[in-house]
Amino acid sequence: MGIVEAILLSVITAATPLVLAAAGELVAERSGVLNLGVEGMMIMGAVCAFAATQLSGSPYIGVLAGIAAGALFSLLFGFLTLTLVANQVATGLALTLLGLGVSGMLGESFLGMQGIKLQPIAVPLLSQVPFIGPLLFRQDAIFYLSIAIVAGIHWFLFRTRSGLKLRAVGDSHGSAHALGVDVIRTRYLAVLFGGACAGLAGAQLSLVYTPQWVENMSAGRGWIALALVVFASWRPWRVVAGGYLFGAVSISQLHAQAFGIGIPSQFLSSLPYMATIVVLILISHNRRMTLINTPASLGKPFVPDR
Amino acid sequence: MPVKGQIASGPLLAVSNLTKLFGSFAACDAINLHIEPGEIHALLGENGAGKSTLVKMLFGVLAPTAGEILWMGDNVRITSPGDARKLGIGMVFQHFSLFEALTVAENIALSMDRSISLARVAEEAARLSRVYGLPLDPNAHVADLSVGERQRIEIVRALLQNPQLIILDEPTSVLTPQEADRLFETLLKLKAEGRSVLYISHRLEEVQRLCDRATVLRHGKVTGACDPRAETPASLARMMVGNDVAVVTPEGTSTTGDVQLEACHLSVAARTPFAVSLKDVSLKVRAGEVLAIAGVAGNGQSELFDALSGEYPVADDNAVQIRQKPVGTKNINARRLMGAGFVPEERHGHAAVSSLSLSDNLVLARNQSDRRAFLGGGFLKIIRQGAVKAAARRISAAMDVRKSGEDPPAGSLSGGNLQKFIVGRELDRQPAVLVVNQPTWGVDAGAASRIRQALVDLAKAGSAVLVISQDLDEIFEVATEIAVISEGRLSDPYPARELSREKIGLLMGGMHGKTEGAGAAHAH
Repeated sequence: MGIVEAILLSVITAATPLVLAAAGELVAERSGVLNLGVEGMMIMGAVCAFAATQLSGSPYIGVLAGIAAGALFSLLFGFLTLTLVANQVATGLALTLLGLGVSGMLGESFLGMQGIKLQPIAVPLLSQVPFIGPLLFRQDAIFYLSIAIVAGIHWFLFRTRSGLKLRAVGDSHGSAHALGVDVIRTRYLAVLFGGACAGLAGAQLSLVYTPQWVENMSAGRGWIALALVVFASWRPWRVVAGGYLFGAVSISQLHAQAFGIGIPSQFLSSLPYMATIVVLILISHNRRMTLINTPASLGKPFVPDR
Repeated sequence: MPVKGQIASGPLLAVSNLTKLFGSFAACDAINLHIEPGEIHALLGENGAGKSTLVKMLFGVLAPTAGEILWMGDNVRITSPGDARKLGIGMVFQHFSLFEALTVAENIALSMDRSISLARVAEEAARLSRVYGLPLDPNAHVADLSVGERQRIEIVRALLQNPQLIILDEPTSVLTPQEADRLFETLLKLKAEGRSVLYISHRLEEVQRLCDRATVLRHGKVTGACDPRAETPASLARMMVGNDVAVVTPEGTSTTGDVQLEACHLSVAARTPFAVSLKDVSLKVRAGEVLAIAGVAGNGQSELFDALSGEYPVADDNAVQIRQKPVGTKNINARRLMGAGFVPEERHGHAAVSSLSLSDNLVLARNQSDRRAFLGGGFLKIIRQGAVKAAARRISAAMDVRKSGEDPPAGSLSGGNLQKFIVGRELDRQPAVLVVNQPTWGVDAGAASRIRQALVDLAKAGSAVLVISQDLDEIFEVATEIAVISEGRLSDPYPARELSREKIGLLMGGMHGKTEGAGAAHAH
């Protein structure tokens, strides 16, 4: 395996959790819910995936546990913001802090344990293709899932009636309610999906990226995922493009150090956020496209007047 | 003709003792109403009379507190708009329930319960829009459409359900007279097919022209059921308002004074994709006159107000002049200091901060122009509560503002009373120039008449008054001269006496005196 392949492989591994978490958050935001708790849901997914893998011996059980943990944690967010109509921003921040704390507590007994890595699955024939084969078709299940999920989200949002309803809820929840769409139910499902994706992203961290449990191992990836959704202007495939770009930037920190290139790592780790700001400035020039893609009732609480 | 209280055989919809309480307030109080098959039934009433609450219950958006709804003789419980549609009730909302980010076809598909592909929806919508004469492009984004086009989407959307009863909530409030005529043709076609229409309006002329029967609401109660053609506008108005409304006329205003407010070749680029650019707008308002600017919403009215008031100053200082001094680049406070007053369209969040008290709102608007009266302590600028409260009392008394308590939050006042206070806040300064945008939008008839009279009185006292309004009745009540705004262009002014509604309608559609011939092709 050449150096280029090795670098690209590491980029894919670094980008996958970003793509997953951002794709999930994209669905939640398309329904009008701003869940800033991605980091918290991710770390809960990571610790539960690791613990379940250790206890059961199967990383696949771990993956399921990660998904369940993220979804369950997002359910708490949904209950607070959708049923009790708490402020979404404050609740999301609290969820992140809670997740970081609870995961540290749950993971204490697993610290320093040797992890079980999720093994790659080679796709017959395709994995034999030179260069592309080892890169894209000798990957773990979570990578395949991440691409399938983005494709599925695109199809769901723009080709199905349920996806249309979800976009309608995010655009104007009052009108959607008047048309008989169940706004709260739609948002619960979107938030749950977002949580499940964030949990899966966390499982990738503790089962693939670095198969062990370290406190705070999500290391701000949840925040990058949030930035990524805006960067992608709420379009699913742009999440993949942006995710791989941000993944490449974060990997370049390591490679730059290895090659002794004197760029401060702090500068490199701030790049995704700077890139998001630049993209925001660029897209805000085309106001019409922004308005058509941005969920207009993002972050606004919905209370039916009954 | 069935008499009130006696139900004819087989009404399509009958409502008995329908009540909706919000807390202890009865928005609808024991309403009785029945609609026959194939009739156009008017629901008349002022803002806040309970019309919208009633139809929301019929459409399953609100749950009734008490009472029954009978559909074709069966007692039904309508708990969601989906239920209503299944029964055969279609609804065209007053504030459109459209999704700006979605296409026309997607918007229509959203209200379809069955799973049909988007392509089929687009086809069917195109067919219906041809049959009923409502041209539409299924693939256009709603954000790019005019108000009239948006209403067509709502109507086609309702028709796709093949409803027996179509409810229209104030459908003509956003249309030109010509667009309204086309809507009436569509409604008569629906009636000829045996469908019923529940037509909600406060415009008596339309109701008399179109409707077979009328039910009148006041303060949540039915105050009359009649054949509108057998009534006079005055008798209908009495049922709606409860007493006679004072008639306002522009008598006594004149165009002989000096020019106090002027716009010269004012052009402003659109600030947002959905805004309108102003194109070479020129106007003069003289002391002693009311110039009214008519036009359908979204044709540059708010942009014109922004430029004249200085909320968004323009690049050319000479483009706007107040009392013959250039002010184009000056901000709103500088213009207020020169003796101008401004009343914007939005009451809440623009003209007033809803959560602040009336006196605080008074200081917010006039802390520059009346700083000597309201602020003390030199550079500390401490608010003189006593002086401010006294001024707020003076304004409330002058405009008959009805409120609970001495100095309540602005948000606790009804729309009409808050609007009276906001207009009074400017009138209290006796401005030499007053610019008002939609002075009585969503205001009850009594308050509207009071505000209009105050505007005419101000002009008679020698001020220059500019009124921007969509309401033609209002315009004819107050205007000395009338100009029409369409797509950001302003027509020449015409003396109000010489102008007919038909002529205004043509001007609204974009046929300008200035651009002869070219405008005729402007089909919306």
